[in-house]
Amino acid sequence: MIEGIFTLFSYILRRIGMMFLILFGSSYLSYVLMAYSSDPLAAFGESTEKNKAFLIKQTIIQLQLDVPPPVRFFLWLRGVVSGLWGQLDLGVTRFGKQPVLEVMGAAIPVTFRLVIASTILAIFIGIIVGLLTAIRQYSRFDYSMTFVSFLLFSVPVFWFAVMLKIYLAVQFNDFLVDPTIPWYAIVITGLLVGFAISEMSGLTKLRYFVLLGVSAGIISGLLFLASASKWFINPTLGIVGVAALALSSGLVITQLSTGLRNRQSLIASMSTAAFVIACYYPFQALLAPSSNILAVVLMFVITIGAAILIGYSVQKIDRRINIRTAILTAIFATLPVVFDRFMQEFQGYYQSEAIHGRPIPTLGQSNDYLSEEQLNSFWISGLDAIMHLILPTIALTLISFAGYVRYSRASLLEVMNMDYIRTARAKGLNERTVIMRHALRNSMLPLTTILVNDFAGVIGGAIITETVFQWKGMGKIFKTALDTFDLNLFMGVFVLGAALTILANLVADLLFGVVDPRIRVRK
Amino acid sequence: MARMKSRKSMNTGSTNGVESVQVEGLSQSKIIRTKFFRHRVAVTALVILIFVILLSFTSSGIHLGTDTNPIHIQGWWPLYITDIDPDGALASICNGGISGCPTMDLLPSFIDGSPMQLGAHPIGSDDIGVDWWALVTRGAEQSLTVMVIVGVLGITIGTTIGAVAGFFGGIVDAVLMRLTDIFLVTPTLILGAIIGQKFGNLGVVPLAVMLGFFAWMGLARFVRTEFLTLREREFVDAARVAGSSNRRIIFKHILPNAIGIIIVSGTLLLSGAILIETALSFLGFGVKAPDVSLGLLISQNQASFLVAPWLFWWPGAFIIVIALCINFIGDGLRDAFDPRQLRTIPKVKKSGRARKSLV
Repeated sequence: MIEGIFTLFSYILRRIGMMFLILFGSSYLSYVLMAYSSDPLAAFGESTEKNKAFLIKQTIIQLQLDVPPPVRFFLWLRGVVSGLWGQLDLGVTRFGKQPVLEVMGAAIPVTFRLVIASTILAIFIGIIVGLLTAIRQYSRFDYSMTFVSFLLFSVPVFWFAVMLKIYLAVQFNDFLVDPTIPWYAIVITGLLVGFAISEMSGLTKLRYFVLLGVSAGIISGLLFLASASKWFINPTLGIVGVAALALSSGLVITQLSTGLRNRQSLIASMSTAAFVIACYYPFQALLAPSSNILAVVLMFVITIGAAILIGYSVQKIDRRINIRTAILTAIFATLPVVFDRFMQEFQGYYQSEAIHGRPIPTLGQSNDYLSEEQLNSFWISGLDAIMHLILPTIALTLISFAGYVRYSRASLLEVMNMDYIRTARAKGLNERTVIMRHALRNSMLPLTTILVNDFAGVIGGAIITETVFQWKGMGKIFKTALDTFDLNLFMGVFVLGAALTILANLVADLLFGVVDPRIRVRK
Repeated sequence: MARMKSRKSMNTGSTNGVESVQVEGLSQSKIIRTKFFRHRVAVTALVILIFVILLSFTSSGIHLGTDTNPIHIQGWWPLYITDIDPDGALASICNGGISGCPTMDLLPSFIDGSPMQLGAHPIGSDDIGVDWWALVTRGAEQSLTVMVIVGVLGITIGTTIGAVAGFFGGIVDAVLMRLTDIFLVTPTLILGAIIGQKFGNLGVVPLAVMLGFFAWMGLARFVRTEFLTLREREFVDAARVAGSSNRRIIFKHILPNAIGIIIVSGTLLLSGAILIETALSFLGFGVKAPDVSLGLLISQNQASFLVAPWLFWWPGAFIIVIALCINFIGDGLRDAFDPRQLRTIPKVKKSGRARKSLV
């Protein structure tokens, strides 16, 4: 045991050493490449200012241009290494002579806000769709999803973003002027969604058509209600919507995690959902207009705490499973309450001066014309941020979703052919348990690798998205640095990106070793 | 012996002619070719890709050489990217006065009242009156050129490095793989942007060559892994005992066995290359004006996305069609090279036939 820990420890040390070596190599490469591809003094070539000589000299001193790039790198490196004892110095920018750290500090949260939502969504939807296509292998649903994911693989994100602007944002904003949906659109949408749902279900013959009819009816009905009540300019879930979402997510989670046959588990999740519904009005007081993010956190703490209590008290045996189901239900039942709260602000937001009746923006990360009062409200500024996130999130999600679908499908199919799956079936487990407990968990292992790669590619991916949507994040800084040949700024972004990549790879390796006992750390 | 043979032929003869041929030893390449051509989607993709390549190269013609000493061969499309036709563009107006609308009308006159026609600018023209078809086909030509050069260079370098690292192992492997890691850590887009800044002005070929030098890392890793497994196999030992040189073992014995992984990751590299080139040009680090590329066309007209959406459909459609075709071809190749597929396909057929014969 102790020996094992020691081996692991020395392995980590070795990996970290290698990590620094690679980081050193790649930053040296980029620094020298970048330094030789630009001439910071070129801007002075045509300058007619009187103090030209002085300015040139000042620039040379500030950017240490008297030292040749292969050596100057080490001067820059000294500043980075000082970061180890808390005096990180990445130099100054070329024009404003601002510290690079300051510039980057403002941009990092912007980029992460842009990327986190889309990454989580892409993983979530991608794995679900990948799972479904693997279970229904060679069905029409499988073939069409394969085609869609290949298509998304081939779509350049910048083109896709422009198309989203034209056909989603602009058209939806136009639609909001008179938010009634024509009857044929209601029927067609209902049928399409119903068709998709019945294809996913894998039912045949009569049941297929019953499901198609029922789901098409429900969707069309909802759309009709939304259209008639002008829901789109005055969206709300209300206690009815929250209750419906909470109960149905409770049902789905129970079905997936333990199966509806497990009465105790069902009781736990339904009581949790009921608790959230019962707390709907008290929560409205908690989430008052003057509240902030702490109120949301507190709300989640309350519901999750209640879920733990409920799961604990339902039954003496299998407590862990009941608690887990209840907690998941609590999370997914409380989310609609948050959505509902944001929706309540929508009408005021939509009608305010700053919005001009066009709530989905095509550019920018926030609305500059919001009043002081609106900016100070957590809910309005939050809604504004969400509105600005919609288009970039859809673009990024769809693009990376394709990868998750392909990989999770392939890896689940491979696992489903394993002997232990046959064993699980042979001992009489139902298909749900086989898939959710035996197959899915094992098939998720290889996915950690692409997850980590995706995370590491954040900055590379952000460059294009931030350019198209004009966000001021890391991508924007990086583009500025390249456009203006700003070496220090460039290296700042670069080092952050490279360090993220390497760190992510290290974490992935270690996680793999922990999660999968087959992968032994080499001696 | 003779009896055995006749029994075998009787057996196979009684089942299926095609399968017996497969059993009796086709060459590896023939099996793969047959399997690939059985993959309908991949073959369709191949046909479409060839069509797109021919279309874009023939319609804009060949334009090589330097500024002072150009070589121009005019394609079949009458207009080139340097021909400005403001009158023709103005003649076609839609959306309340936006000039340069597509003149193509695919609906016959009894549906929309106007006759079917192509017109002077079938897919429109840009704001100064340059024909959009000429620009898009020229852009596709450039993007395809970049793709091919990056692909060839990337595959060559990647295979070489991967093969050397995997075959020799030890210190050579360690050094080469750390080198690969260093390049891998540096995001392609970032490297490409530096390169584009420096070489984008010189035209597409130098840009493509430089990009090719930084596109081999993924392939090198795959090839190395393949070589690591293959060099432990018995046939390599046999070759070594027979006195083959390292060179001969690499080229004659291991490389043909690793060709599957090279081709498959090579196609991925190609579809990645076209997306990287368009992304770089979009950001302004790739192909520079006055030359055109598909990404540059989209980038230049970003501001007019509301009034002239046709400026986006066509360059985007070309990128998507090219990348999609390559991805599908890659998928078909992967299936064709996958030995597990060989065993499963006849099995399915056999069981189907067996079931039928039972009924």
